[in-house]
Amino acid sequence: MSRRPALSPAVAVPAVAAGAFLALPLAALVWRAPWAALWSDLTDPAARTALRLSLVCSLWATVLAVGLGLPLAWALARVPFPGRRLVRALVLVPLVLPPVVGGVALLLALGRRGVVGRYLDQWFSLRLPFTTAGAAVAEAFVAMPFLVLTAEAAFRSADRRYEDAARTLGAGGWTVFRRVTLPLTWPALAAGGLLAWARALGEFGATITFAGNAPGRTTTIPLQVFLLLESGRLGSALALSLVLLAVSVTVLAVLRDRWLGAL
Amino acid sequence: MTASDGLSAEVEVRLGALDLRVRLAVAPGETVAVLGPNGAGKTTLLRALAGLHDVDSGTVVLDGEVLEDTAGGRRVPCEQRSVGMVFQANLLFPHMSALENVAFGLRARGVRKGEARRRAGDWLDRVGLAAHAQATPDRLSGGEAQRVALARALAGDPRLLLLDEPLAALDASVRGAMRRELRTHLAAAPGVRVVVTHDAVDAAALADRLVVLEGGRVTQEGTLAELTARPRSRYVADLVGVNLFTGRADGTAVTVTGGFVLTVAEQASGDVLVAVPPRAVTLHHRRPDGSPRNVWEASAAAVEHEGDRVRVSLAGPVAIVAEVTAAAAGELALEAGGPVWVAVKATEIDVFPA
Repeated sequence: MSRRPALSPAVAVPAVAAGAFLALPLAALVWRAPWAALWSDLTDPAARTALRLSLVCSLWATVLAVGLGLPLAWALARVPFPGRRLVRALVLVPLVLPPVVGGVALLLALGRRGVVGRYLDQWFSLRLPFTTAGAAVAEAFVAMPFLVLTAEAAFRSADRRYEDAARTLGAGGWTVFRRVTLPLTWPALAAGGLLAWARALGEFGATITFAGNAPGRTTTIPLQVFLLLESGRLGSALALSLVLLAVSVTVLAVLRDRWLGAL
Repeated sequence: MTASDGLSAEVEVRLGALDLRVRLAVAPGETVAVLGPNGAGKTTLLRALAGLHDVDSGTVVLDGEVLEDTAGGRRVPCEQRSVGMVFQANLLFPHMSALENVAFGLRARGVRKGEARRRAGDWLDRVGLAAHAQATPDRLSGGEAQRVALARALAGDPRLLLLDEPLAALDASVRGAMRRELRTHLAAAPGVRVVVTHDAVDAAALADRLVVLEGGRVTQEGTLAELTARPRSRYVADLVGVNLFTGRADGTAVTVTGGFVLTVAEQASGDVLVAVPPRAVTLHHRRPDGSPRNVWEASAAAVEHEGDRVRVSLAGPVAIVAEVTAAAAGELALEAGGPVWVAVKATEIDVFPA
């Protein structure tokens, strides 16, 4: 049996302080939440609009992240191509980039005068900034790395021998992916999608920079919380914050073993 | 049979420390066992034939169809080859039932769903697992899973059947039965069969011909009797150069080919394989006294020196190979054609159900 290490005060004191530092704000949020008015706060028209918009935008962002991110994850995991390491590093950038900078970058790329955005406008009359679609794009920008990282790891660690067996049975690339790789990696891919969705749901900086804060069009829950605080309606802000906290805790609980274990 | 029937392969593969250069020809309806120590390139050879591994240079021709020709730039992808492969770890798809596993190949090759399931069901029936059609692989025993894997490989009627250590992962208790069953199915399968194994008994039971692979090269090929009589390497001598007989057991008496009866220590019944290590065969001037249960008179058909050991092929009521020290051979003044008494202790003889 191993000896139980003695906890010196030099470690114990800052450790307890760190735990408290992380836990206290959340506890305060729950403590001060306007439980009595919660229902009316969440069902008032502005809150309902924000909730619905958040749901729509985050789901579209997840669709975008999965639709584009899965092929990228596959390429990174399975296809040797020049510059693969560079691309893999670039995928990580949105994870550490301040979201506001991400929003500015999106404006420069996809804005009306942006590098790509001007052609979207000229050719397709498609304008992303300050639209609901733009909010979804901003959320996808910050959420996609979570999906790509998780999916790449899943594709990389999947037992390739099952795919070999499928090929000897006459299955081509797409059939092997659809009927063997996908079912075998499904739990990890679902976890990546859930993580991306949770990140999209809470997105603030890139959204407000790229899509603005237009109630009914781009004001998602985090932006609505910001508006409510600005106008001094703390109670309503707390109510919406609680929703986001509840979602975060739920996602964590679902992913506990998979994600916390891996990190 | 025409010259282009069967498998004709000449492949070179470099993979890490392995430098594989093999020429292999297998006739239709023939089963060849590829034997060799770990790292000899057996599995890589199978994967190259299946199209799962790139061939650096060479050709693979199956029934006249060029599957691989590096010089001509031709390469038929694995999924378009008429192959069936059984892997050591059965590799059944864990998210599918036994029936779906067997139907997978038929579905992938365009058979309608209902028809694929019906044919898969027939195959499960043939390997005796009709009752387990809906079971997922985690609910099958090792032997059952390997039978499903065999059915899955055979269901597409492949012209080239490849088996990679098909019995290695099985418990000793089910191995004999599975070996016997496998032999029946191999005999029924049309086309070319290649079995990779490192077990001489499996090779003897399943294959018509043995190819020994060592360090990426074929060091010897031939029938088991040929390899036993003249092993060209230490590996062959140790692992393949065992006297193997097929016979029928009744108690401790085994009647082998030619009606000769060997006395063994273990009780057995029915068809068996009998293995006698050459070192357990002793040679004497006069009829030996004492305990050996198997004693007969023979003549030395061939005497081959291998360092300080001598292998003596003996003709007589039963053909057998003895390995003795050079000193003993000198004492006996052995020479080809000379008479000699042969003795084998019953306890030195291994019996396997065949």
